[in-house]
Amino acid sequence: MTKRKLLFGSFALTLPLALATVLIMHPTRAKSEAAASPTEVRVDNFTFGPATLTVPVNSTVTWINKDDLPHVIASDDGVFKSKALDTDDKYSYTFSKAGTYAYYCSIHPKMVGKIIVQ
Amino acid sequence: MAKKNLLDPNANGFIEHDHNNDGIDRRGFLKCMAWAGTGALCVIEGGVLKSHALASQMGSEMKSHKMGELSFVQISDSHMGFNKPANPDVIATLQAAVDKINALPEKPEFILHTGDISHLSKPSEFDNVDQILKATNKEIFFVPGEHDVLNDEGVMFRERYGKNSKGQGWYSFDKNGVHFIGLVNVMNLKAGGLGTLGNEQLEWMEDDVKHLKSSTPIVVFAHIPLWSVYPQWGWGTDDSGQALSYLKKFGSVTVLNGHIHQTMQKVEGNITFHTAFSTAFPQPAPGQGEGPGPMKVPAEQLRSILGITDVNYVQGRHALAVVDSTLA
Ligand SMILES: [Cu+2]
Repeated sequence: MTKRKLLFGSFALTLPLALATVLIMHPTRAKSEAAASPTEVRVDNFTFGPATLTVPVNSTVTWINKDDLPHVIASDDGVFKSKALDTDDKYSYTFSKAGTYAYYCSIHPKMVGKIIVQ
Repeated sequence: MAKKNLLDPNANGFIEHDHNNDGIDRRGFLKCMAWAGTGALCVIEGGVLKSHALASQMGSEMKSHKMGELSFVQISDSHMGFNKPANPDVIATLQAAVDKINALPEKPEFILHTGDISHLSKPSEFDNVDQILKATNKEIFFVPGEHDVLNDEGVMFRERYGKNSKGQGWYSFDKNGVHFIGLVNVMNLKAGGLGTLGNEQLEWMEDDVKHLKSSTPIVVFAHIPLWSVYPQWGWGTDDSGQALSYLKKFGSVTVLNGHIHQTMQKVEGNITFHTAFSTAFPQPAPGQGEGPGPMKVPAEQLRSILGITDVNYVQGRHALAVVDSTLA
């Protein structure tokens, strides 16, 4: 997780250096992380995974519901809100401004997450 | 593993109930559920939880009681539209619940539905439930679950079921000297929180009970439990304490909830709390298993952990008799 944050957090500025460092240190791991979608949040067993996701400005984040029950993605301050997502339904939102966006499931409010846009 | 205990037909013993326990009586609950699985019932009477192991015993004991001036049924969490492995046929199990209601020896005067009528707030889902429940020929009082108000802040729900309600759908009515209060605690939920009643509803409720005599039996019904069942899974209501404080003067208060898809009881002072079975699918006991989602059980056991709740009021008795029975 820390590795992933480091990788994407420094992506824009020091891409070649960061990538090279990771490749040298963990060649196989770097490859598999690069293949995974960095902008997807899985809603699974009443939790957001990852609970905190860091993305560059203008990223589109997609939530996918893997539960047998619906969930609703809603930002704490009303910036974005999905319709009810049934099983395997997706919701996407593009973050054009840097900042920290706290969100929750509006029908299961114990479920909370965060998107950090930088 | 809880699921094994739950369905172990050899599990035996009395339901242990700790009146001072602030949380839940998990052990007692599991035994109650195990008994339910073998055709037994759990009863709250005069503030004391009693259990009856065998259907035949149950029958004779209940007959010896004077069945009361008021009898009604609670059903909950029909989740019409749900079609996952935990129950691929929620129409059939709701129909079984209707058959059960129609076969009750003491005819209920009306039905309370404590929410999650639909799974996805679709008109066709509400239509299906209405159609199936019509066969009871009973007046039905509804409060919404979170699944009934998904995309429109409850507008459709209130058009269908809340014509005479206040605010976001709350209301009260009187039957045979008992005062019923239907509350809404599934809207305007705050990040990190539990169910919410909100100030407007609390003020209405305080005013609603002000004029009542303290001898009036009170029944409060709402979707999410009005007691702290298991906050980690969202099974509680943030401002329920405020609502219950308005009911301190009354000798008998019965609180009926759904949402957790399992029966649970607690008695605290003048208040008896009770949650009902779902008619659609079971959920795990608090903290047992990974989370509060639908629980898959072997198909032949499903109907032994779904059910209805039958409530009887006998004038002069301290508490209402609450009897759960399964669809098996
Ligand atoms: Cu949710």
